[in-house]
Amino acid sequence: MSSATDNSAADGSGSNEPKQIRVVLAKLGFDGHDRGIKVVARILRDAGMEVIYLGLRQSYKNVVNAVEQEDADAVGLSMHNASHLTLAPKMVAALAEAELDVPVIVGGIVPDEDIAELEAKGVAAILGPGASAEEVAAVIRRSVAARS
Amino acid sequence: MSLRGVPAPELFERALDGDRRSLARLITLVERDAGESGAIATLAHARAGNAHVIGITGSPGSGKSTLTGQLVKILGEAELRPAVLAVDPSSPLTGGAILGDRVRMEDVASPDTFIRSMATRGHQGGLALAVPGVVRLLDAVGYNPVVIETVGVGQVEVDVAGTADTTVVVATPGMGDGVQANKAGLLELADLFIVNKADRPGAHDVRRDLELMLDLSHATGQDQRTGMRPEILLTSALTGEGADEMWRAIERHRTAITSNGQLEQRREHRDLAEVRNRAMALAELRVDELLRDGEHTAILREVSERRAAPAEAAEQIAARLRP
Repeated sequence: MSSATDNSAADGSGSNEPKQIRVVLAKLGFDGHDRGIKVVARILRDAGMEVIYLGLRQSYKNVVNAVEQEDADAVGLSMHNASHLTLAPKMVAALAEAELDVPVIVGGIVPDEDIAELEAKGVAAILGPGASAEEVAAVIRRSVAARS
Repeated sequence: MSLRGVPAPELFERALDGDRRSLARLITLVERDAGESGAIATLAHARAGNAHVIGITGSPGSGKSTLTGQLVKILGEAELRPAVLAVDPSSPLTGGAILGDRVRMEDVASPDTFIRSMATRGHQGGLALAVPGVVRLLDAVGYNPVVIETVGVGQVEVDVAGTADTTVVVATPGMGDGVQANKAGLLELADLFIVNKADRPGAHDVRRDLELMLDLSHATGQDQRTGMRPEILLTSALTGEGADEMWRAIERHRTAITSNGQLEQRREHRDLAEVRNRAMALAELRVDELLRDGEHTAILREVSERRAAPAEAAEQIAARLRP
């Protein structure tokens, strides 16, 4: 049983390193376009975060369970079927109801005129198709930092 | 209601009362090896020891997660309170990870099931360094059984066998011939073999190769280590076929090792290994400290100028570990 690795010193006992950011990524309901969420999962992995990948056809309940049990710091919702105005605020409400204080970030196809409404209903940030990898990671980090 | 700043003993009390968020936060603290993790370990260790710990391991894509999902479904139907620890690898380059096991379990799990994904965070061997501590915590707050799903492993990542009471090795058709089955490593440590994807051609060939491997273990006397011949079962995790039988086989194994004293032996062995690993980690920190220490750069210079061999330098460092 090996215990010694190159990283073990950094992982070693007593160290109080900053908490690893853990993000739950999901698509709600019947939205089968999962190319984007896979790209985002990879972006966040390569930015050093831990992604709990739930993928397609998730319910609010599944996401709430995952955030609770995984002690996640943020939820990323990928939305490509124009359901964002309906589903994203409900997700925010479901998390609030479970007393889980984590930011919800929506990525995907969101018309500019919907952004204000989503923000008013508690969505922490919206990322569109033009967002760079650096931007995606920075927005997650900022949203998490704003809650802690 | 934020859990920030709630002291670990209070989180532990709440977790004992069934609060999942407090349990989840405790796991995070154990994973980080934060200041409070020592106190958590003490609280948890005093109450642990009731859960049967099942390790599920096998190569990437062999169906471990789907099979674990099926198992968890059966456990929920049996009105047990299972917990799952699903381990996936961290990137060696960035430390990030994609934890994709939960997605195969959530839908089939009962509300009493607790599922936690863990990244290896730099640890080799198929598990994360914090796994024993997290298993202890889940056990202490009343989850039973605790199922550990390892990262997809090759031949030598055998950590799980040192952590679980029952080690299940998942194989699939097309994994290689009988020579592969006779190589040393993971296969030697299985308590139960699952040939998954049994609906595919070649499943019976795999079973035959494993049977032959076990025959040879008997012939060489190696099987006396456990005193039991591991069962070999065929399953199809996608349809759930064989999953019931898998749970019954796990229970048979548990009953057998409980009555023949193996369970106690294994747990003693496990405690010893964990104490050793912890002590080694502390020693390693101390060595790193010494190597950073100014006066030891002199020793290192002797090595680089070829006046002392690396082993001699190491002995000088090791001598400094003694008080």
